[in-house]
Amino acid sequence: MVLQPSERHYRDWSHRRLGPWCSPTGSPAPLSCETGCGEGSWILVCRLLVPTQVSLLSMEEDIDTRKINNSFLRDHSYATEADIISTVEFNHTGELLATGDKGGRVVIFQREQESKNQVHRRGEYNVYSTFQSHEPEFDYLKSLEIEEKINKIRWLPQQNAAYFLLSTNDKTVKLWKVSERDKRPEGYNLKDEEGRLRDPATITTLRVPVLRPMDLMVEATPRRVFANAHTYHINSISVNSDYETYMSADDLRINLWNFEITNQSFNIVDIKPANMEELTEVITAAEFHPHHCNTFVYSSSKGTIRLCDMRASALCDRHTKFFEEPEDPSNRSFFSEIISSISDVKFSHSGRYIMTRDYLTVKVWDLNMENRPIETYQVHDYLRSKLCSLYENDCIFDKFECVWNGSDSVIMTGSYNNFFRMFDRNTKRDVTLEASRENSKPRAILKPRKVCVGGKRRKDEISVDSLDFSKKILHTAWHPSENIIAVAATNNLYIFQDKVN
Amino acid sequence: METRWEGLLRREVVPRREAPTGLLPGASAQVGAGPSPRRPPGSPRGLGATRVKLHPTRICRTSPQVRVPGAVGEQSGPSRLSLGPCAALRTPAHRVPCPRQTSLEEHEGYCLIGFLPAPLRVQDTDAMFARGLKRKCADSEDSPPAPPACSLQRQSLLDMSLVKLQLCHMLAEPNLCRSVLIANTVRQLQEEMSQDSAWQVPAPASAGRGPLERLVSTEILCRTPWEQQGGHSAADSGGSPAPDLLSEPPGAPSAQAPRGAPGCAWEAASPRESRGGFQRSLDQIFETLDSKAPRAAEGLFADVDGPYYDLDAVLTGMVGAKSVPGDGFETLAPTGAPPPGVSYKRDLGELDHVVEILVET
Repeated sequence: MVLQPSERHYRDWSHRRLGPWCSPTGSPAPLSCETGCGEGSWILVCRLLVPTQVSLLSMEEDIDTRKINNSFLRDHSYATEADIISTVEFNHTGELLATGDKGGRVVIFQREQESKNQVHRRGEYNVYSTFQSHEPEFDYLKSLEIEEKINKIRWLPQQNAAYFLLSTNDKTVKLWKVSERDKRPEGYNLKDEEGRLRDPATITTLRVPVLRPMDLMVEATPRRVFANAHTYHINSISVNSDYETYMSADDLRINLWNFEITNQSFNIVDIKPANMEELTEVITAAEFHPHHCNTFVYSSSKGTIRLCDMRASALCDRHTKFFEEPEDPSNRSFFSEIISSISDVKFSHSGRYIMTRDYLTVKVWDLNMENRPIETYQVHDYLRSKLCSLYENDCIFDKFECVWNGSDSVIMTGSYNNFFRMFDRNTKRDVTLEASRENSKPRAILKPRKVCVGGKRRKDEISVDSLDFSKKILHTAWHPSENIIAVAATNNLYIFQDKVN
Repeated sequence: METRWEGLLRREVVPRREAPTGLLPGASAQVGAGPSPRRPPGSPRGLGATRVKLHPTRICRTSPQVRVPGAVGEQSGPSRLSLGPCAALRTPAHRVPCPRQTSLEEHEGYCLIGFLPAPLRVQDTDAMFARGLKRKCADSEDSPPAPPACSLQRQSLLDMSLVKLQLCHMLAEPNLCRSVLIANTVRQLQEEMSQDSAWQVPAPASAGRGPLERLVSTEILCRTPWEQQGGHSAADSGGSPAPDLLSEPPGAPSAQAPRGAPGCAWEAASPRESRGGFQRSLDQIFETLDSKAPRAAEGLFADVDGPYYDLDAVLTGMVGAKSVPGDGFETLAPTGAPPPGVSYKRDLGELDHVVEILVET
């Protein structure tokens, strides 16, 4: 899997030219990420529900997938546990969007191609493929059930006609190949058209099979299964920039894999203490640097980030850089440690910054400065006085994710009540939007929401006490080059795009 | 303290005989009966209350009562025992019903009694937790005792955390990150409580034991300080009485043997072990997370025996208190440095309540 030099250039985000994006009226408009997220406005592209029926239907011929999606937009107010989306990820071109759910299924959406007569339909995502990635397992040794919930999906960059992605549950990572088949051979000698064997006595002539076009079929096959390497629950996977290796991180260890080798992995980080009694810190997330294949970071439950260089030693227990912000004594409480636990860490596309999400804030760190972040954004600071209740109902342990946009100028993360927040790093403006069924007509413009902290509540504001803590947006994704975002709210997937008037 | 414990139980036993048995169907408490088969021979304990399956909806103390601070001698009802977290955790508002969690309610044996949260409405009353609680208590070190509300809330937070730890341990797949965070919180709480108790050196320092051992929290968490006093006498009776009072859950006959082990571990008599005992219980939680032993329902109890000691301790308040020589208590109560006194009284009250349940016939 050695990449030619010419193939590498697209990985370097600083050279990427962000193409013009067409608004529905057809006239080109500048990307909102260049003008700032506060000045554009977001519209709903489509809302997708993925119960099992969709996968069956999408296999049939001549299906107007838009009709399927619309039919499911009609109200299903139940939420099957298995349909709860647990991860969302765009691929490297943004053409495909993969979601994993608690039932172990992966659903891949493909962007509708732009066509002249239906220009307004560009930007919609339709179901491309559905497959069952992981099944529930039972660990007989420990008498424990292993959940089939997909924790993370990571795409590999495309190198041929097929797409490859890694999906993982708590214990096993799988490499899936998703390929299209639109031709099939016809005219076998020994088999007839239905595949039944022909009686050799009836064959009188020989013919050469030819490939004839067939209806498009998308098939997903597991190419590698990387199992039995993790004692604890895998929380992250990250593909290295060399595209030959990837790492998987669980609560106490990080393993480095080669894509070709499934029966071995290298352990590169191990923070398990000799005596489990002394355990006070676990790994919560890990990611490779986007350009330097020797560098990775991992975050901990104590609010620290460690950057490691694999060239320094085989076992990277000693960090190269250690990022930690000193605690603010005025905000100290019994929950300080819990809310400082980092739930997600992401490198910027440029590789210069890392972003971390803890319970109440998002922080942007410069890799060259370890003693404090360069930017801190309050996501929902009004919850700071509610921490005890949130501890009671376990919401304080929710793990929110965070994402960068394509140009690293805007960051986004989720909150409660189906709210999600965007912060523009350049203009320092932020916006709160809601992903909900009520105000989600297709192409409707999202209205910014505001949470009022007490005192008089204005008309459109919502008070902290009426927030619904069961509706939380933990998983979001941003298109790598355009202003299209995917927001997962329980079992609904919302796709919004930016519309600049 | 043995005397005191016994006295409490005996006092409660008699009137309860006439109480309606409908409250706890299937309870098979043998009150005052001969030694139960599980108790080591020679034990003088006359009480063989078996752990009953506590139906979560029957325990109906929904209105928390706040203790009037400083009211030594008051014996109001328990302040925090309420609907089991089984119900609380499954409020649909905040959790999509998870098949694994429903099994908790039907789980044979223990039903966790814990803090009843107001269902999913976050409240401003926890402003006290949110900010500067530690400093506030430290500020009052010069004035006579720290505000009782401070330690009360801290205590309730501690109990809640312990319940959470037990709970996540009972589920099929414990979330290590969550367990570690809760355990760290508990450690921090315990340290602060012991620091605070160190500030208020109670008058009966003549009792001769360190303030650490006086703390209810450490009593709840670790038997050692009590057992070390009573351990010697209990050793004569052939085994720690603590396990006898809290007999095994119906579904775990095999838990008996492992119970001895943690008991022995904790009878190591050193004052510093008071914190070590708690530490050990936490350790056991992590050990079992790490262990590869098969975990059937009985095995679950056997493995997590240490933590379940703590659960029992929470439920029964001062379960280990029986082994403290009675004079320790009597000297404390009247002089009552109110925070410890309040804590003791509250736990005595809880004890009453739990005894009612345990001993119900």
